[in-house]
Amino acid sequence: MSEKELTTRQSLRFDELWSYDPAPESPDYVKIKEQYQLFIDGKFQEPESGNYFDSVNPSNEEVLALFAEAGKKDVDKAVAAARKAHNGVWSKMPAKERGKYIYRIARLLQERAREFAIIESMDSGKPIRESRDIDIPQVIAHFFYHAGWADKLKYAFPGVDPKPLGVAGQIIPWNFPLLMAAWKIAPALATGNTVVIKPAETTPLSALKLAELIQDADLPPGVVNIVTGAGETGMEIVRHPDIDKIAFTGSTEVGKIIQKAMAGTDRKYTLELGGKAANIIFDDAPVNQAVEGIVNGIFFNQGHVCCAGSRLLVQEGIADELVQKLKMRMETLIVGDPLDKNTDIGAINSKVQLDRILGFLSESVESDQRIYQTKCDLPEKGYWCRPTLVENVSQSHRIVQEEVFGPVLTIQTFRTPAEAVSLTNNTPYGLSGGVWTDKGSKIFKVGKSIRAGVIWANTFNKFDPTSPFGGYKESGIGREGGIHGLSPYLELS
Amino acid sequence: MSNRLNVLKTCKLYIGGKFSRSESEHYFPALDKKQKPLANLCRASRKDLRNAVQAARKAQSDWSGRAAYNRGQILYRMAEMMEGRREQFIAELERAAVSRRRAENETDTAIDRLVHYAGWTDKYSALFSSVNPVASPHFNFSIPEPTGIVGIVAPDDYPLIGLISLIAPVIAGGNTCVVISSEKYGSIACTLAEVIHSSDVPGGVVNILTGFRADLIPHLATHMDVNAVLCAADDPEQKKNIQESAHLNVKRVHFYDGTNWMKEESQTPYYIMDVQEVKTTWHPVGI
Repeated sequence: MSEKELTTRQSLRFDELWSYDPAPESPDYVKIKEQYQLFIDGKFQEPESGNYFDSVNPSNEEVLALFAEAGKKDVDKAVAAARKAHNGVWSKMPAKERGKYIYRIARLLQERAREFAIIESMDSGKPIRESRDIDIPQVIAHFFYHAGWADKLKYAFPGVDPKPLGVAGQIIPWNFPLLMAAWKIAPALATGNTVVIKPAETTPLSALKLAELIQDADLPPGVVNIVTGAGETGMEIVRHPDIDKIAFTGSTEVGKIIQKAMAGTDRKYTLELGGKAANIIFDDAPVNQAVEGIVNGIFFNQGHVCCAGSRLLVQEGIADELVQKLKMRMETLIVGDPLDKNTDIGAINSKVQLDRILGFLSESVESDQRIYQTKCDLPEKGYWCRPTLVENVSQSHRIVQEEVFGPVLTIQTFRTPAEAVSLTNNTPYGLSGGVWTDKGSKIFKVGKSIRAGVIWANTFNKFDPTSPFGGYKESGIGREGGIHGLSPYLELS
Repeated sequence: MSNRLNVLKTCKLYIGGKFSRSESEHYFPALDKKQKPLANLCRASRKDLRNAVQAARKAQSDWSGRAAYNRGQILYRMAEMMEGRREQFIAELERAAVSRRRAENETDTAIDRLVHYAGWTDKYSALFSSVNPVASPHFNFSIPEPTGIVGIVAPDDYPLIGLISLIAPVIAGGNTCVVISSEKYGSIACTLAEVIHSSDVPGGVVNILTGFRADLIPHLATHMDVNAVLCAADDPEQKKNIQESAHLNVKRVHFYDGTNWMKEESQTPYYIMDVQEVKTTWHPVGI
């Protein structure tokens, strides 16, 4: 055995050389009620049906709390409260006062940041390092950023006088529960709209905690209404005739159903849907940085990211070296307790999602693709998936075309930039893309050719409230964040 | 002079920079405002529509890749060509649809509107782009890019200015388009196609089909390679059909029925932005 091989073998013995003592964040300090009601007109209200559903901690399969199931009558009440608040209070309030309410929400969130981070990790399964360092700080930044827009909208759109639309119906996914709520609520409030929002049924806890905070902020009743439930509750919002605008983040499949349901109405809508982003690594890329970018691109948040870099496209000349380094880096990833500060990859959000991911993988096995999974230990209870590479795939394979929404990366190689672009654009999606090269002109050329709304060059999965986010093609319509994220909530005339 | 037999024009479809008859060889008569036959128009078929979309896709990357300056020159060239045919447009509008005064007014407004959008090609991007002050060490900017292929359903109530007001912002922004002309005033659209053909507009950037909306809209709205549909026709069923089918590939849909295209306010860069996608690019800042 050569010295090089020996070193590689030794460095891959993570069981002994890379062990860490547990460092869990204690959940003792957060208070979770047994049962949560709907938040309508500034009050917590029981659902008309009297039905409740549970939300499970995906890392131990224990029920966290019960949540009210909102039906048509509840949604009616919420929309009526939002309408009343819009016409009576929110649209009449001086814009700077509106802004101050949003600032107040941001400040209260800062004070309770750790508590929100803990419950977010408990309900969604994401590692505390991410909820603490990314999700919650981004939530706060979103409210701060948009608060400042409230009295400056006339400067944002040359030649027109922007006006709020009225009541916004908002439906958000389970991958970034509170962050998606912030992406929806903050711009809607800043532009003078009121809100009826439905969090995802597997992760409603942080939204209801936000409702408590909104009460504490003394926001006028009805400006923000939070209704919990599954898809049927969402459709009640989508179909509601007194809602002026729908903002949806979720799968392309559901987005299409919503777009179809909008036919024959004058309601506006924005859709932030799925993706199948390519992460293109050229042979002149900084390889070690690229490996970090690939890992962050696909294993961030268990791969439950619509803009995840789920397709690795690597130029032939460096493919072997890069994949080898990637595998070594992947072996260091710790999968386990979301509340442990050492954890890199937390729990898969739900049993349903885990089954979906495993379904893709068993199909890959059947079609002679090569699967590589790291050797880390997994907890006994909960829903887990090891970091996974799938090699020997072609463009037509389902795992290359469809969104897996898990820690699963496909690998393809290419020879020329033109081939890389052609592979990149050859899916119905167009949300994001990654380009790794040390050559600036190549970044601009390739970045321009990628039909996607966000291009990460020599980086990946970065977000900021000032930075517009959204898709081309079947990845959605409209932008969120930045100056471009305001217009979907405004009448520009 | 009165003994001379006038020469009638055969109106054809305009696809991929070529004038062709419908592959179906179907036609329908266009009437003048006294309901007398004015011309025979091609009744475009589904196949014609698909050919037009294919031509638009083929032209897309070249057109969107052109310098904004160049697109502006070409739109201005269209205005020059229309000015040269001003009398022809006035006469055709008067015969087909409106009073002499209105025909003059509409033609002049249409020419001026082209000049207006010719000037936007190299300016809208600066107005609607941003450099975003992200909190991390990255350089981050957002710019508009063309949506791609845009289907346009032209209105009946403004035979010329409606067409120009829809086509100009779409191509000014680097998109290519497939236009379903007004059923009543297809002959005006055919004359406009001649202007476009002689204005350095590359073949396939604007494709114009005459025919029945009911024949064509369902296929336009379901076509998986059409990225957006702008509809200025006012039939509620056709509008609903467009919206319903749009979901198949998440088309962007905008309705402009009820717009008074003669007004000065009906020309704004926001029409350009209706068929633009905002792309945001990140790059680390460091040594």
